[in-house]
Amino acid sequence: MSSQTPRDFTPESGGPTDVAPTGRTSAKPAHELTAEEERGNVNWDAIAADPDFKRLIARKIGFILPMTIFFLVYYFALPVLVGWFPALMKTKIGTVNYAYLFALSQFFMAWIVAAIYVTKAAGWDKAAAAVLAKFKK
Amino acid sequence: MIASVLLAVADSAAPATNPAAIAMFVGFVAATLVITYFSARKSTGSSAYFAAGRRITGWQNGLAVAGDYMSAASFLGIAGMIALSGYDGFLYSVGFLVAYLTVLLLVAEPLRNAGKYTMADVLAYRLSPRPVRAVASLSTITVSTFYMIAQMVGAGGLVKVLLPGISYNVAVCGVGVLMIVYVVFGGMLATTWVQIVKAVLLMSGSVFLSVLVMSRFHFSVSEFFGSLSQITFHKGTAVITADFLTPGMKFKNPLDFISLGMALVFGTAGLPHILIRFYTVPDAKTARSSVVWAMVLIGIFYIMTTFFGFGAASVLGPDFIMKNGGGNMAAPQLARAMGGDIFFAFISAVAFATILAVVAGLTISASTSFAHDFFTNVIHHGKEQKPGEEVRVARITAFVVGAISIGLAIALGPSANVAFLVGLAFAVAASANLPAIVFSIFWKRFNTAGAMAGLIVGLVSSIGIILISPTIMTVDAATVAAAARHLIQRAPIFPLENPGIVSIPLGFLAAIIGTLCSNEPRAEEKFTELVVRANTGLGAEKASTH
Repeated sequence: MSSQTPRDFTPESGGPTDVAPTGRTSAKPAHELTAEEERGNVNWDAIAADPDFKRLIARKIGFILPMTIFFLVYYFALPVLVGWFPALMKTKIGTVNYAYLFALSQFFMAWIVAAIYVTKAAGWDKAAAAVLAKFKK
Repeated sequence: MIASVLLAVADSAAPATNPAAIAMFVGFVAATLVITYFSARKSTGSSAYFAAGRRITGWQNGLAVAGDYMSAASFLGIAGMIALSGYDGFLYSVGFLVAYLTVLLLVAEPLRNAGKYTMADVLAYRLSPRPVRAVASLSTITVSTFYMIAQMVGAGGLVKVLLPGISYNVAVCGVGVLMIVYVVFGGMLATTWVQIVKAVLLMSGSVFLSVLVMSRFHFSVSEFFGSLSQITFHKGTAVITADFLTPGMKFKNPLDFISLGMALVFGTAGLPHILIRFYTVPDAKTARSSVVWAMVLIGIFYIMTTFFGFGAASVLGPDFIMKNGGGNMAAPQLARAMGGDIFFAFISAVAFATILAVVAGLTISASTSFAHDFFTNVIHHGKEQKPGEEVRVARITAFVVGAISIGLAIALGPSANVAFLVGLAFAVAASANLPAIVFSIFWKRFNTAGAMAGLIVGLVSSIGIILISPTIMTVDAATVAAAARHLIQRAPIFPLENPGIVSIPLGFLAAIIGTLCSNEPRAEEKFTELVVRANTGLGAEKASTH
């Protein structure tokens, strides 16, 4: 935060924040800093090089990539099966058929993947907060 | 507006005009205008106007995303498609939900962390901002306007059937004026709450309709599905008996299934009006929870299309639907058959609310992109000349976009064949926007040339292929009405309904080739910063404090 330079806090046109600090004489509080102002205050390269941060990214990619491949394969199996194996998909179980049941299973697949993602992401949030805490002065 | 609608209704006193329907339409319009009034008082300043102050909560935004997404094309269109084409229509339902995994896993959180108001913010981060924003803005406005015209024509047609006293032109003007009022005065906050109200109405209407349908089958799922195995209908002079659960009634070519699936599952994560919703929440974690809320609602809704789509086929029969307003009227007609005129009126009002909420979302996404990306950042290099200018430009743009859409919808007329515009919106979103977004976030080497190549090739190829596909290029029978005829009367060059299977790989390929053919060290350097921001939320735009 650049508190040493005296500044006019009347929002210059395009004042990137809407919390108009008209008349304020002290420096902007941290929560009002815009992305642009904050950029200069962070050593991005240092955070990126931090081993904990690198581990976090590896964990995320290690989950997101296989999960994305999984749901795409599961999803595209539906048009492939329905398009090229209609006889199989027409097979009835009771009054319903494989085609409908597999389509219906896609909904549950999507919900389950989302639920697993949310659980994992809660862990990433903690890891990210821990990394940021290290760099807070 | 309301007065003119009421006058038109009173004047005509057409036999089928339903007083309950009018009361519900007017009730919904009045409620949304109250919302707009209160939002207008809060919508001062850019972040308040464009992003509702970033103070929308997770469940609220989930409802709003659902309200923004489940368009009349979903509610009326899919119900009609299932009612007339059986199982193939249900594939849309599946794709519309699974698409949210792409949003959740790949796009929502990085977008929220690294952007401000528009999709282009994320691209402009690492890449040369002016050209990238200009093209991204063009793509956003193209997607939004096309999609909006489809909704407006649908709305005009719908009101005309539901309230026979009101002409198509009055209906289109009414919808247009309302959406302009929401967006110009109420900004993102009003749009959000209109979408929330609509989502609640749509969900409750659908649940009620599904329960009524199942009561007809004594709540026995097997009896319900059993009734679908032999449905008889006429096609021309032929009498056909078909099992509506069998795939292939609409699509004959297996590649059609794949192409449609690709456009749906990759398109949603590139739809600008959905993406900007993630800027209305305080942080990435809330963006995540709002996607989950949306997935629950959207999933339940699309599972219910089983009951009211197949239900319409079973209870009403395709012949009855074709004689009474066609596929788009299947859900309202089913409501009338199950719950009488009052329920018909309610479902009609829900459909009307659905259209209004979606067009408001589209208008604000187009006007935000023009004001923020094009006016402020491309023309004025990211600095406003006067305070509040960006919001003022957005308001004027919303007005202009609304006026143009009204004009185009009236010029096209009620029976215009505009269904392809929705498919086009998804195809452009998947082929142009998604490659640029995903590569920006995940690929270090990605650069401006790649983004430009991907955006332009994706945009041009999806529009180009649509033009030579059967949606535009088909020889119609001599009996087809002039306005409903396909635009180009000749055999299609591209055999599939949806361009996705070709245009999506082309968009990604162009982005890769463009990147590899050029070198931009700055874009690679800034990738470090983007990764830290996207994954930690450091420096992300905050919620306003009041």
